[in-house]
Amino acid sequence: MDLFIQQVLAGLANGAIYAGVALAVVMIYQAIDHFNFAQGEMAMFSTYIAWAMLNGGLPYWLAFVATVVVSFLGGLALERIVFKPIQNAPALSHVIVFIGLLAIFNSMAGFIWEFTIKPFPSPFPSAPLFGNTLIGTHQVGMIGVTLIMLALIWVFFRYTDTGLAMRAAAANPDSARLVGVRVGWMLALGWGLAAAIGAVAGMLIAPVVFLEPNMMAGILLYGFAGAIVGGANSPAGAVLGGFLVGVIENLLGTFVPWIGNELKLSVALVLIIVVLVVRPSGLMGQRVVSRV
Amino acid sequence: MHRTFRLTLIGSAALALASGAALAQNKYGPGVTDKEIKIGNTNPYSGPASSYGTIGKAISAYFKMVNEQGGINGRQINFISLDDGYQPPKAKEQVRRLVEKDEVAALFQTLGTPTNSAIHEYMNEAKVPHLFVATGATKWGNPKEFPWTMGFQPTYQTFGRIAAAYILKNHPNAKIGILYQNDDYGKDYLHGLELGLGKDGYKKLVVSAQSYEVTDPTVDSQVVNLKASGADVFYNITIPKFAAQAIRKAHDIGWTQVHLLNDVSGSVSAVLKPAGLDKSQGIITAAYLKDPTDPTWKDDAEFKEWTAWMNKYYPDGDKASSFNVYGFTVAQLMEQTLKQAGNDLTRENIMKQAANLKNFRAKMLLPGIQVNTSPSDFYPVEQMQLQRFEGETWKLFGPIFNADGSTS
Repeated sequence: MDLFIQQVLAGLANGAIYAGVALAVVMIYQAIDHFNFAQGEMAMFSTYIAWAMLNGGLPYWLAFVATVVVSFLGGLALERIVFKPIQNAPALSHVIVFIGLLAIFNSMAGFIWEFTIKPFPSPFPSAPLFGNTLIGTHQVGMIGVTLIMLALIWVFFRYTDTGLAMRAAAANPDSARLVGVRVGWMLALGWGLAAAIGAVAGMLIAPVVFLEPNMMAGILLYGFAGAIVGGANSPAGAVLGGFLVGVIENLLGTFVPWIGNELKLSVALVLIIVVLVVRPSGLMGQRVVSRV
Repeated sequence: MHRTFRLTLIGSAALALASGAALAQNKYGPGVTDKEIKIGNTNPYSGPASSYGTIGKAISAYFKMVNEQGGINGRQINFISLDDGYQPPKAKEQVRRLVEKDEVAALFQTLGTPTNSAIHEYMNEAKVPHLFVATGATKWGNPKEFPWTMGFQPTYQTFGRIAAAYILKNHPNAKIGILYQNDDYGKDYLHGLELGLGKDGYKKLVVSAQSYEVTDPTVDSQVVNLKASGADVFYNITIPKFAAQAIRKAHDIGWTQVHLLNDVSGSVSAVLKPAGLDKSQGIITAAYLKDPTDPTWKDDAEFKEWTAWMNKYYPDGDKASSFNVYGFTVAQLMEQTLKQAGNDLTRENIMKQAANLKNFRAKMLLPGIQVNTSPSDFYPVEQMQLQRFEGETWKLFGPIFNADGSTS
């Protein structure tokens, strides 16, 4: 029983990592209707920017906010410079640009900051919460921050005009344009927000897995799994999906002998396929019907 | 047309005469002249493993010193080191270039298990010495099937056997928990432990073996399982990132054990510091080189020589990095091999001399460790000593272990 609880908690801790990435994935999906394969590397790069600021002597929260702002502007710029010119190109072109960006961010980070692992500070105290040995304070904090981000996103989409305009731009660009929404800038805003959310996720993940250029490689896959399980157009679903993937992965890896640790990553991939086949909209996603 | 042909004939006859005279004393294979010996190498100067690239730079710096001091038997070393980015296809392309275009006499210290695997057969088909490769896999010491390839450092299996010997002697009733990377590297270490404990001993003592994939975000789940298995000895076979995670997680969940950490992750700056020095106390690993950050060697003559060499020939290099000690030490094996070869610098004789190092003492090996090879022994360094992490450095303890786990 003890082992069960420990694995569930360790799964939730990992799940918080996946949920953060899944949120960023869903954010961009809301805006452009694609998964951005470079999302993980963008988050990693943002985290390095934060690391460089911290190394330069900035206090943690100042570096944190500055990184979020820089990432937001970076995401915005990326859309304007790279994706606007190819906005009418087929989806495949976009995917190839995503993969190109993935490689570029990865090698740039390696070139600038080298490939050895770097410790990244946590904003939360290092003493265990209530003296327990089951789950670290940072992990609890990470779950909290993920839920706060989720609430903010929900409020943004639900109660602000910009949020509504963004949803309109993604769902039906032509009609949105007719009622005066600047669809192009809404896309750019989506990129900016996704980059900012990714930056927060990256800064919370790095203290756990250590900062290095490849730190997001495996995590992004789990993030995709989380987003798909929960529903690719539902932020709440993405967070739920992230936690589910984290817990399911640990429990199957521990208690089902023939899965073991070797097939843990495959579990995430099987989840993606099963959900896409059985319930493509995910647990909490809305089914999108388009007239053809 | 005819004239040119005749001239060429005369020319080559004269050349044959000249080289015939030289043949009386000197025998040269490709890549060797009276003035120089060409040695080829690939290193990851870019890409994910580029932190190893400093080894290639250190070796270049060592040969620069050798050349300034008059070379080896009067010949300068022309050390051609190319970037392979740690990618097997690129390594193969660069090595082809070294062998077929530059016509090097031998390949030395090509770095990486996957990269060397990619050129393993090619080198043996081309019959070019493939010497002292920079990887700890066990397969480089197989002279029957691959007579042109030779390793350098103690193999991963050696560490496993030494760990087994230590456990059997000090914790005969141990409950061993293993964390290992699910690939050739991890399984090599695992196999070494199994050889050391014996099949029955392994079955009896190992209570849990958890694997991880390099794509896993963390190994937290595995460490939790190991603690739950009741293990009191932790055999930790992980690369630096996961080693740091495992050290921290084990400490945070209050799992106390005898922690045997593989030598691959023995770096204080790249593993223990990120994990937290307070969480790393008491960890045991094995070593065969002097750690440049260990104050024990402050007044050691070899260490002083190494420092002076670093200052003069590799001033940009990191003097806290054990990789720069590694490059300095392994370069001495190549130097000794070529010295022994004298003026018979055919590829056959270079290989023969590499397999004929007897009690050779390379500087910066731990005291008591010597290099030995023979036509049937292609493992140059096979001894290690255990060390325990105390305060801020490793402290050596106990005897020198041999490859089979016996002590000398």
